[in-house]
Amino acid sequence: MRNIRSKLDWLLMPLVGFMIAVAVWEFVSVALCKELPSPAKTWSESRDYVLKPFEKRGEMDQGILRFTWYSLILVAKGYAIALAVGTPLGFMLGLSKTFTKIFDPIIQVLRPVSPLAWLPLGLVLFVGAGKQASELGALFTIAVCAMWPTVLNTAVGVRAIPQDYLNVARVLKLSRSKTFVKVLIPATLPYMFTGFRLSLGIAWLVIVAAEMLTGRPGVGGFLWQEYNALNYARIILCILTIGFVGFALDRLMGCAERCFKTA
Amino acid sequence: MSLLELKSVSKGFGPPGARAEVLRGINLSIEEGEFVAIVGYSGAGKTTLISLIAGLILPDTGTVSLRGVEIVGPGPDRGIVFQNYSLLPWLTVFENVSLAVEQCFPDWTPEQRLEQAERYIRMVHLESAALKRPSELSGGMRQRVSVARALAMEPEILLLDEPFGALDALTRATLQDELARICQDTQTTVVLITNDPDEGIYLADRIVPLSASPSATFGPSVEIDLPRPRDRKGLNHLTRFKEIRRELTDYLVASSRSKRLEVRRTLVLPDIEPEDLSIPRSAIAGRTRPIRRSEIKRETVEI
Repeated sequence: MRNIRSKLDWLLMPLVGFMIAVAVWEFVSVALCKELPSPAKTWSESRDYVLKPFEKRGEMDQGILRFTWYSLILVAKGYAIALAVGTPLGFMLGLSKTFTKIFDPIIQVLRPVSPLAWLPLGLVLFVGAGKQASELGALFTIAVCAMWPTVLNTAVGVRAIPQDYLNVARVLKLSRSKTFVKVLIPATLPYMFTGFRLSLGIAWLVIVAAEMLTGRPGVGGFLWQEYNALNYARIILCILTIGFVGFALDRLMGCAERCFKTA
Repeated sequence: MSLLELKSVSKGFGPPGARAEVLRGINLSIEEGEFVAIVGYSGAGKTTLISLIAGLILPDTGTVSLRGVEIVGPGPDRGIVFQNYSLLPWLTVFENVSLAVEQCFPDWTPEQRLEQAERYIRMVHLESAALKRPSELSGGMRQRVSVARALAMEPEILLLDEPFGALDALTRATLQDELARICQDTQTTVVLITNDPDEGIYLADRIVPLSASPSATFGPSVEIDLPRPRDRKGLNHLTRFKEIRRELTDYLVASSRSKRLEVRRTLVLPDIEPEDLSIPRSAIAGRTRPIRRSEIKRETVEI
């Protein structure tokens, strides 16, 4: 009996947590703040969106998973740009002391800038693109904000490569490109993946803000529209969706990270 | 001509002025097929020495040459087995060895390379672990992979940097036996660095003691004229073994003692200038200290 219980713990314990959270939510909505939709109301308001998750009724009236899908595609694009720019940048920072001295201060200054500050600049940058401007601006924002963890972790990883591995490469007379592929990249991969994981988390944070400001269809855009439509129940639906998707993304990256752990 | 030649090599580290000399006046020549053990205290500069031979670092003065050609960088003609194995953890045993093979014999056919890698993995008895990664292996097994990798390059000379230092006594003995067998089979020239005189005597043809740091240098080398194959248990009772051992230990202990007596301190002179104390201080004249002799314009010299 005891054994079975401990085996089910991983499922039961989080369920208990969720139930407590829902109870608190119910209590707050009934007793403290009448404006807050109760769990039951939230469900009834958002049932259409959850039960027909892929339906498209209008530009801003689509199933929740369809919105999520739009957001994910945008995140994937921006994230890909962030990795494509951030990884080489990280390698250069890790390999060259001079490069670090020159660019590290700039990176440290740009790193803490909020996505909300980048977005207007992104929109201005791509103002010539016409209809595409909002998408390109959002991509720019995601890429710029999500890049830093990848850059910094890759740089740390490159600096942390044990001298032994480099000695092996030297003794074997591996060419520069072969040293890079056979030694530098595999030795840095675990660090890189930690960076990738953090970057993905940030990219998902940024997408919501970007959609809210640009009004693009997506989870964030939907959230903002429902706020303007005074439909607070669906805001909660959006928050829950954003949370679950973020959680799933992080878990996925965690699995990928584990695959590349060496020694 | 000897295979490997070190001529008055010295090496130090640190910035100019505060340079700490590690090795001084190192002379050594190693013949083809010879097994030379270099025995010294830990921290005496043994790893520096083997890095010099490997070409990973260059000497400050003197030359290291292989077959008369000066060594200016690392290369696969000197296979090195590092103290801490230095296997690439993301590659399997087989991949670690075959990376070396691939690099050393680029003109070979894939079958030849495969055969070569497998042959050396077999030589160190790791066929069953060929597809495992280093993290799944014990220390002894890892060191065997490292030996196989070095040998698979078919180097002119095999450099072993305290290869069994991190292993337990039983594993060490097994690996020493295997190394003795492999060296006899392949007739490779070997330089073994160790801090264990017994290990040196058991394996080598010649032992060179390295005096204690700093400025370590070689003592008189000792030929080990014990017959091969050597019997580990029997060795301890041979008079010749005891003689060699005493000779080595005496030299090493004496070198460390003489080093300890040597005072290495830069003398810092006090920053004092002679003052004429007979002249009284007077704050009115704007002086807060007595007049220094060098400031006195007129000085009478008595003859």
